[in-house]
Formats: sequence, C-alpha cells, structure tokens
Amino acid sequence: MLHQLQSFAESSNSTPGHTLQTALRKVATTEVNRRGLLKGATGFVLAAHFLPSAAQAFEAYPTQGLNMPNGVRNDPHIFVSIAPDGQVTIIAHRSEMGTGSRTSLPMIIADEMEADWDRVTIVQAEGDEPKYGNQDTDGSRSLRHHIQPCREIGAAVRKMLELAAARKWGVSEDMVEASGHQVTHKTLGTRIGYGDLAAAAMALDTPARDQLRFKTEQEFRYIGKGQVPIYDLHDITTGKAVYGADVNLPNMKFAIIARPPVVGATIKSVDDSAALAVPGVEKIVQIPVTPLGSKFKPLGGVAVIAKNTWAALQGRDALKIEWDRGEHGSFNTADYEKELRASVAQPGASVRNQGDTEAALKSAARILTYEYYQPHLAHAPMEPPAAVAAFKDGKCEVWAPVQSPYTARTDTAEYLGLKPEAVRMNVTLLGGGFGRKSKADFATEAAFLAKEIDGAVKVQWTREDDIRNGYSHTSSVERIDVGLDADNKVTAWRHRSAAPSFLSTFVKDEGNQHEIEIGMGLENLPYALPNVSAEQCKAYAHTRIGWYRSVSNIPRAFAVQSATAELAAELGKDQKDFLIEMIGPDRVLEAKASGLPGKFWNQYEPQEEFPFDTARLRAVAELAADKAGWGKTLPEGEGLGIAVHRSFVSYIAMVVHAKVEDGTVKVPEVHVAIDCGFPANPERIRSQMQGACVFGMATALHLGLTFENGEVQQGNFNDYEMVRADNFPEVVHTHIVPHPFSVHATGVGEPGVPPFIPALTNAIFNASGKRIRNLPIGDQLA
Amino acid sequence: MKITVNGVEHSFDGDLSMPALWYVRDELALSGSKFGCGTGLCGACTIHVDGEAVRGCLVSMQELDGKSVTTIEGLSADGNHPVQVAWRDQNVPQCGYCQAGQIMQAASLLKSNPKPSEQEILESMSGNICRCGCYQRIVSAVRQASTGA
Ligand code: FES
Ligand code: FES
Repeated sequence: MLHQLQSFAESSNSTPGHTLQTALRKVATTEVNRRGLLKGATGFVLAAHFLPSAAQAFEAYPTQGLNMPNGVRNDPHIFVSIAPDGQVTIIAHRSEMGTGSRTSLPMIIADEMEADWDRVTIVQAEGDEPKYGNQDTDGSRSLRHHIQPCREIGAAVRKMLELAAARKWGVSEDMVEASGHQVTHKTLGTRIGYGDLAAAAMALDTPARDQLRFKTEQEFRYIGKGQVPIYDLHDITTGKAVYGADVNLPNMKFAIIARPPVVGATIKSVDDSAALAVPGVEKIVQIPVTPLGSKFKPLGGVAVIAKNTWAALQGRDALKIEWDRGEHGSFNTADYEKELRASVAQPGASVRNQGDTEAALKSAARILTYEYYQPHLAHAPMEPPAAVAAFKDGKCEVWAPVQSPYTARTDTAEYLGLKPEAVRMNVTLLGGGFGRKSKADFATEAAFLAKEIDGAVKVQWTREDDIRNGYSHTSSVERIDVGLDADNKVTAWRHRSAAPSFLSTFVKDEGNQHEIEIGMGLENLPYALPNVSAEQCKAYAHTRIGWYRSVSNIPRAFAVQSATAELAAELGKDQKDFLIEMIGPDRVLEAKASGLPGKFWNQYEPQEEFPFDTARLRAVAELAADKAGWGKTLPEGEGLGIAVHRSFVSYIAMVVHAKVEDGTVKVPEVHVAIDCGFPANPERIRSQMQGACVFGMATALHLGLTFENGEVQQGNFNDYEMVRADNFPEVVHTHIVPHPFSVHATGVGEPGVPPFIPALTNAIFNASGKRIRNLPIGDQLA
Repeated sequence: MKITVNGVEHSFDGDLSMPALWYVRDELALSGSKFGCGTGLCGACTIHVDGEAVRGCLVSMQELDGKSVTTIEGLSADGNHPVQVAWRDQNVPQCGYCQAGQIMQAASLLKSNPKPSEQEILESMSGNICRCGCYQRIVSAVRQASTGA
C-alpha cells in the first residue's frame, strides 16, 4: 500500500527528491483492459502482455502490479544468470520476512526454465526499482503480482537455451528440448548442459511473449507442490543467516538512540556528561526531532555512539534529557477510547449507502447495537529494527531489514541531501516485518549517524524502543446497528468506524481514513441485505500510525463476524447457519448495486480479474465447518466458533475450538479453509496459516498499547505479552481449495489473521457464554 | 578473565558486567545468537554454558570466567546436530530470527532429558518466543529429535 500513500503525500507535498520516482511511475502506469491488452504502455510491459495465443498454458491477466511505482519487470537478463559450470543465479527482488517469497518466486522461475533447484543460488537485490521494478514487500502481493512475470522470465530463459543449442547443432528449434538443466537433441538424443550454453543463450535478446511456450500444470516440478524447503533453511538452523544487526564492518561503531517519549516532543536540554563518562562511549550526536506527519523520517533524539552495544546502552541510560512534550503530551488511551465511542454515536461521512438504511432503521421493529473496540498495537517483530551504514566520499551504503528497499533508499538519500545514486540499500533477511519494516526510519537513522561520524555504524533498537517508538496499528471503535422487522428478519445494517488513519503519518491529519482502510471490510460487507450503509467517523492520531499485518481488516472482521454471531444468538440460530444465510445467494458483489459512490477498493486489483465472489466466501465457510465437524457435542466449557473474511483478495474461514477454564482460553484445534486462487507453494501457505493463528491469538488475548500523557506504558514482553509454547493454537489444519492456474493466485501472508480473532471470540461465547467486545481479552474471562 | 567459546579460548579485559550476548556478537562477530528483548523474556539469545541453556542477554562476562560457552555456530561441526536436522525436516522456520535460540534451548532440553513428555517439551520451550508462530512445528521437531518420529 506504500505507493498509493506516496503519491498522496507527493501530490500534496511535492519534493524534488521524488522527481525520478514520479517520472518512472508515469511510465509504468498503464491502462489495462480485461483481455490483457495495454494502452499507452512502453517497452517491456507491452512485450510482456501481448494477447496470448490459444496454445499457451496460461492467459496473461492484468494485476495492480503494473500500476505500482516502477511497475513489474520480466527481463530474464536482469533476474537470471548462468555460470559456465551450470550454476544458476536468480535474483530475489522482494524482501524475505518469513512468508517465503524469497524462495517461492525464484522457484517459479527455476521450474519454468527447467533448472534443477539444487543448482540454483539466490542473490538478494539491493533497493533499485528502476532496475527490478517495484519492491514494496507488503499487501500480501509478492506472489500475486509476480507469479506471471516469474513464469515469463523462466520460459524466456528456457527458450534462449533452446535457441542456443539449436544454433550450436545447426538444427531448427523444434528439434531440441530443454529439461532438467540440459537441452536434448530430440532425434539424436545428444545432450548439452545449461552451463555450456549459458554464454550463447544469455547473449540473445529476450524472446517476445508470443514466442514462449509455457509449461502445462502437469509439467510443473516445483510450482504447486510444496516440496521445496525455504532457501535459507540451512543457514537459519546453523546461525549463519544474516539479519539487520548481523552485518559487521571494519571499525564499526554501535549506536543506541534516546528518542522522544511522545511523538513530536522536542529537546529542551541535554546533559551528556555522565554518558560520555561511560567507558567505551565515544560520541553523542543529536538527530533533529520530527513532528507527526513526517512519513518515515527518524523521530529524532540523542544518539550515543560507542565501541560496542553494551557501552551504548549504558551511555543512553546515563543521558539526562529534558523534553518539551509538545501537542500530543496529554494523549491518554482511556479518554481516547471514550472519544472514539462518542464519534461513532454520531453520523459520519457515508462511504456506502445501499437502499435506505436510515429509513429502514427508523421503521425497524427492533434495533440491535453492537460496539467493538481494539487498542493501538505494536508490530513487535522478533528482530527489533536495526541497520548498519557506512559513509565514505559523499556516498552511503546501508544494510537493513527493510520491506521497501527502494523507498528506504530514496527517503534516506533525501534526508541526507544526497542523490539516490549516492545511496546503496542492501537488504538483509528480515526477522519478521508485519508492516513495521516498510517504514525504514531506522535505516535512515543509521545513514545519518554514519554521515555524522564519517564512518560505519550500527543502530540497534531495543525491545522497549520498538514497542514505544514504532508506528502503531490503528485503534478503533466499530459500531454496528442492525434493524429487525417484526418477523426478526434483518432489514438494515449500518456500520460506523472511528479509527485514526495512517494518512496522519504522511500529511496533515484531517481525521479521515484512507480508501485503503475503508476498503478493508467497511465498504464491502458481503451480506445479502436490502439496506446497508457504512460511515467513517472522525478520529485523530496522537501517535505515528502505520499498517500492521492485515491492517484495518483486523477490527472490521472482528466487528462484523462478532455482530453476526451475536445476532445469531439473539435470534436463536446456529452461528454457522446464520452466517451462511447472511452471505445469501451466490453472486459477484457489484459496487453500484451495493451503494458505493465508485468502485470497491479491492486491493486495487481489477474487479473483472479479482471479483468478490460470495460463492467462494460461502464455500470456505462450509469447508471449514465441515472439516471441524461443526455441530458436534463438546464437553462443558468448550465450544467451536466460526468466522469468515475476504482480504488481500483471498477468502478464509476458520473454525476455532476453544476451551475456557479458570479464566484462561486454550485452543486445541483450528480448521482453516483458504481459497487463495492457484496455490503456488502449499507448504508455505500452511506455515502462514499456522503463523496467522498464533499472531491472531496474541492479538486477541494480550496485545494492546496504552498511552498515558503521550507515552506508551508497555515496554517489553512482560507487559506486551506474546503467545508462547505453553498456550498456542495446538493443531492448525489448513484446507486449501484446489484451483488451476487460471484462478489467479491471491494473498497469503496477511489474510489469515482477521478471521482468527472473531472465530476465537465466537468460540469463547459458545464455550462460556461470555461475549468479548473489547480487545484484548486480558482478564475478561476471570 | 578467560572464556572458551565454541572450543576456542579467549581472554577478555573489558567491562565484566557486559552480558555475554554482546560479547559474542560485537567482539567475536558470532551473530547467530540474537537480541530479542535483553531481559530474559524471549530466548532469542540462548547459548550453552557448560552444556546448559542460558540467556546470553542475562549472563554477565563475570559469571563466565573459566567457563565454556557454546553458541549456535558451535552446536555441531557440520550443522547436523539431531535438533538441527529435525528442524529442517519439519520446515520449522518462517523468518528464522528466533530459531537459533529455539534450537539451543531444545538441544539443552534433550541433553538433560532425552525423552521429554509433551508437557515437558512445552514447558521447556515456553521461554522462547516465536512471533511468526512456528510453535506447532517447533514441538514436532523437538519430538522428532527426541524419538526419531
Ligand atoms: S534477548 Fe535474551 S531472552 Fe530475549
Ligand atoms: S521464525 Fe520468525 S520469530 Fe520465529
């Protein structure tokens, strides 16, 4: 989602540093119609998307990838090289934060080019979008946007290898075939390895797409099989994998930064004498403080630079800083929650108006009102932010675990007053990202300090820094008013949302949500009801807001799926049956008929290619329920709960089995049904679903930031508690809806989290009769 | 003071209050042990001291005088300790950041208790956080390393 925000920020606050990016974006922005024909495109994009011939195994389809800044590249010369010994090197241009995309995308290239996976080396790309195309690794879109270009790259390399062999043997191309890392002469049976063909093959121009033969799905060796372990598996299990803080440079210094306790607080005075007296502390450097709305610029503060991390930590403890707390210094969570509740008590700005909801509510026999609260959250990836930077001769090189390396590079260059060419942004592995590492303030901090000391430095965030000084997930109150007629039929559904927007991180805060946030479950309720409205109500930010894994889908799925279950209970109906009844007849949601002023946001994917199909939503709900044995009798204190949500263009339903005992919840089993289109790497889909359940369980049970006088009260895993091995969703069964390649692959990394939370709270209700409306659950079951 | 790390003896004359985690990471460039919390709450920094799992962020250099420390880099010469093999067989990691600590914890558990019960596995592993949520596979891998199944 980064790029839409950038264009928003740029249009209202244009800076010369962005000229290149903006110009490139214009080139990459294309208009695409449903058959894959492009209007106004240039260069490779056109070549990549000619109308495919009938013989081809897959028909090209447009995705939002084409409209991302710097678009999509499919030139094999950029991504693939082959050494004389046959070793194939494939560039991974997306960041690896645990979803497996660094493995899955090269695996697709390798399969389509008929390379043996054990002869493939993966090299991580630095941040360079003009070369590699868009690199923003978020929005669960690496696979969705790159499965086609990866197949095109692979098929092109295979074609080039075949051409080179045919020329070498002086035969026509149809006499040769590439397979298993070699090309075979079809009649003679002579074979020649990829290594021996590499130089001649890679010197060829990229064949046009209509010249390519794509594999049939039966011919796939790796795609769709789930047999390829992640590339870094051995390094991870032996301690050799390199994350942000693991880069060591000669003469490198170590920095720990004291950041403002309240966003925008300014420094009144600093006494650094005690800090400088700590053995090993070498220097104190101030970083300018930035107010809310400064995008990904460092928060500022006072950096302690030392000869090791320990000395820097002690130096920071010894700093005496007086802060002027500034305009957010009286932000208090308890008051804020009341403010949000007051905001949804009043009409907001309409984002959807189907039928006449107000009239239907007025004439309803009964109105039921449900309100749900979720606090701010910190991402808390296992690896706290960290980065290494070196400055020399007017140039800066950075190593950092960043999700958006090119944005990190251009932002850093702008901050330092350098041209983007003077900054190199190397991407390490990410020890978890969850959206936190899309915001590379930590990489910019390292670059700034490297410039200040004219050398090399590592910036390490502590866990407290991470929890207190990050980019909070929005806090929200979601209110749903449901109108029932005299026969208990639902006649009206009004959903109001008050949640501070991540727009406030980019521009002046007007208290409004961005279309991305509205698009995540506020405007697209998939229920077959005559009168549906949705409103956004004002909410202003008092802390930096940034997207968190699954973003606004978390509070929306929690609200809608909880309200649905509450209604079922109210009407004496089965939770699952009522959910299916609400989804109603199979249909594709139409924006106009749904009362939207424009289109559904739909993750910016073209509606024709990625429609919201309620049949698929219903199917996953039924699949999960079926597999879980919905309706079975459970012992006292146990219950099943169901929830379904479409996000990141995937459909996921979960049935959670909860056991409530002595005020605590256990989850012995979860059944996940996921329809993510063509499942390219089922093994990683399963691991992501297991992870989503754990992530959802931590969010549901424990997580919440509370602010007092602008300061976050939590600091480490004692008061910002994670789910641990002594209580986690014990067995997660993932049922993947099978689809051919023609059903477009969709998101996996994020969409598992939103349905888990209401499935859990619905299960808790069925187990104990206790309805959870406020997150986290904490001691509400005691 | 003297300390042996992965079989190599080093002498150290720096701040004795420094936690071993920063010594191995910053001074020896052994970066397999990770920083996750600095307060003993996550286990990412787990190392072995005389064969027993210890949080590297809590144990000071002073306490390690004359001791033998093993980090993930030294767990086995070829990276094929049964726990490492089980971890790979079960495809445990997602981001991987917590995994060195998890593996060191599991290896220490199995050394002192080669056939732990399910409950003993869960208890022993519950000091190690995995934010990515690999617990189901972590437990399977410990079981595999213990029983071969
Ligand atoms: S870093 Fe030592 S337990 Fe977390
Ligand atoms: S694998 Fe990412 S924290 Fe455990």
